[in-house]
Amino acid sequence: MIETKHVDFYYSSFHALKNISMMMEERTVTALIGPSGCGKSTFLRLFNRMNDLIDDTRVSGECLIDGEDIYSKSVAVDELRKRVGMVFQKPNPFPKSIFENVAYGLRVNGTRDRSFIARRVEDSLRAAALWEEVKDKLRESAFALSGGQQQRLCIARALAVSPSVLLMDEPASALDPISTSKIEELIASLKQDYTIVIVTHNMQQAARVSDKTGFFMMGELVEFGDTKKIFSDPVNEQTRNYVNGRFG
Amino acid sequence: MKWSRRVIKYMIEGLFTLSGGVTSLVILLIVVFLFKEGMGLFTNPAVEKGYALCVNAANPTGSLDARVVKQIFDGEITTWEEVSEGKMTGPIALFRFNEIFSRYTEEELGEDYALLSPRLQEVVAGTPGIIAFLPEEYLPPGQEVVKRLRAGNITPGSFFTGGEWQPTVAPAPRFGVLPLILGTIWVSLFAIVLALVPGLGVAIYLSELAGARARGWLKPTIELLAGIPSVVYGFFGLVVLVPFIQKLFSLPVGESALAGSVVLAIMALPTIITIAEDAIRGVPRALREASLALGATHWQTIYRVIIPHASSGITAAAVLGIGRAVGETMAVLMVTGNAAVMPRSLFEPVRTIPATIAAELGEAPAGGAHYQALFLLGCILFVITMVINLSAEFIASRGQGKGVGA
Ligand SMILES: Nc1ncnc2c1ncn2[C@@H]1O[C@H](COP(=O)(O)OP(=O)(O)OP(=O)(O)O)[C@@H](O)[C@H]1O
Ligand SMILES: [Mg+2]
Repeated sequence: MIETKHVDFYYSSFHALKNISMMMEERTVTALIGPSGCGKSTFLRLFNRMNDLIDDTRVSGECLIDGEDIYSKSVAVDELRKRVGMVFQKPNPFPKSIFENVAYGLRVNGTRDRSFIARRVEDSLRAAALWEEVKDKLRESAFALSGGQQQRLCIARALAVSPSVLLMDEPASALDPISTSKIEELIASLKQDYTIVIVTHNMQQAARVSDKTGFFMMGELVEFGDTKKIFSDPVNEQTRNYVNGRFG
Repeated sequence: MKWSRRVIKYMIEGLFTLSGGVTSLVILLIVVFLFKEGMGLFTNPAVEKGYALCVNAANPTGSLDARVVKQIFDGEITTWEEVSEGKMTGPIALFRFNEIFSRYTEEELGEDYALLSPRLQEVVAGTPGIIAFLPEEYLPPGQEVVKRLRAGNITPGSFFTGGEWQPTVAPAPRFGVLPLILGTIWVSLFAIVLALVPGLGVAIYLSELAGARARGWLKPTIELLAGIPSVVYGFFGLVVLVPFIQKLFSLPVGESALAGSVVLAIMALPTIITIAEDAIRGVPRALREASLALGATHWQTIYRVIIPHASSGITAAAVLGIGRAVGETMAVLMVTGNAAVMPRSLFEPVRTIPATIAAELGEAPAGGAHYQALFLLGCILFVITMVINLSAEFIASRGQGKGVGA
């Protein structure tokens, strides 16, 4: 379970997230929507502390995963990131083989057991619905794959370290419709094991894949609730305009 | 007005084109000049120009190898048996031209040395085992008593594979460039071995670890390092490094290949650091984030993703560093001891190609064999640096195909 309580976030003096309180249940898909620049990515990157990489940023409020404040001093960031996987907007495989891409997280974890790694790689590729397509060319470069395959590889790579949370920042925005629907199917099946938070600009996609939806605007969480409700009968006027495609 | 702008535009464009063309032409001309002068070496006789080696006409020896000539004049070969395969016997009697003045009085040589030639003829005729090194203009007439040895020209083979560089010995100077080429490579390679690890370390520090403030003063400092004239490095090497090395390894002299390598390493550092840092910074952010997001630590990310991805750039940095070291003249000249011998260890003096050119060009008579040999050294240096630069470019361009897909 992921929970934020009164979270504020600043890029130096720029107030990017304003007093966000939100709760994401275990094994659900939460979609984050909103116009460009409203802070969706910033919010998503709070949960694996990717924002730490940017100089001169500040976060306040509480950010809890399974009840633990992930910004407390006692949390080791690299351990946190093993529990909270991330898939980026653009597929970003390493310039390594398909196998090594998926094995990477295990290797940096210090896993040496070859048969364990091989098993984990296969399981992850199966879970990412890529196994059948790549099982005969695991030693080939990841760049030999299509964009959609690369993105599923990146999902497999994230799954290999057995996270409990999966963060996805517009995972299908760089892909063609067929690859996109594959990713969506994948999200539906991954939901059984993972807590998924997905940022998307695609309203239909949010409606199709998510259980809950949060609508952001100018750094504020305008409305948060069941996806069905948000898309059919939102409380807020701005939300209604946005999901109906009237701005953004 | 519009047309006047157009005219100015054409004029400026023309000016740029012209200066580009002129620059290229000048560079081309320099290269052509370099090679033309250098190749002239192989039209030179193996003995000093204007001189000839002569023997008694009864001597069946027709020609002598330049190396043998040198050994004879060094006193290493003293009998004809050693050089003429049994055709000639007896001790070799060396005769250098100026000995004539001790054998004959001024009167005997005649007014204005008019009798010099016949006297020389007398000497040659009177000594069966003689080998005389004489100026062409005084060469005694009388083919029946004095025979000139065929000298042959300096050959590319003896130039490129010769192990002795003694350009000023008479009568047959030795132009073997192997010790110089090897000396250059030896000193430069070891310099890179020394510079690579710290250079890479600083590059990683600058691009990955340093805060904005540390970077803010370190980067200009390193760039400053590149701007210091090489004599200053040489001077530093001479007064600090050379005595230090001498003490540290208790050597007879501190001037050594090692001193050269250390100075060159320091000089190559800015090049290596700057290029390696660029390569490391060029690693896409997406790859860094991918690694970190999987729970890799910063260090794991550096050595598992960043360095492999930047490896071609880092290699190019090393190769260009070598290029910088190979061409460096002044500092090396000052600290390596300049002994033109085959390099055997790091603790002995060596001589590099640029140092040789700088040290000897002033005393080599223009147009002579020595002078041309130095030009040919320049050609070799040109070829070496060109190969180095081309391979650096090749390595760097090969690395560009490694960007993140899609
Ligand atoms: N590194 C940064 N430094 C300063 N400001 C930033 C930085 N990254 C983002 N911002 C600002 O924070 C705000 C939120 O950015 P964010 O990337 O979270 O938006 P987003 O909702 O994901 O937009 P998009 O839909 O275009 O991806 C934007 O106004 C952006 O300009
Ligand atoms: Mg975004």
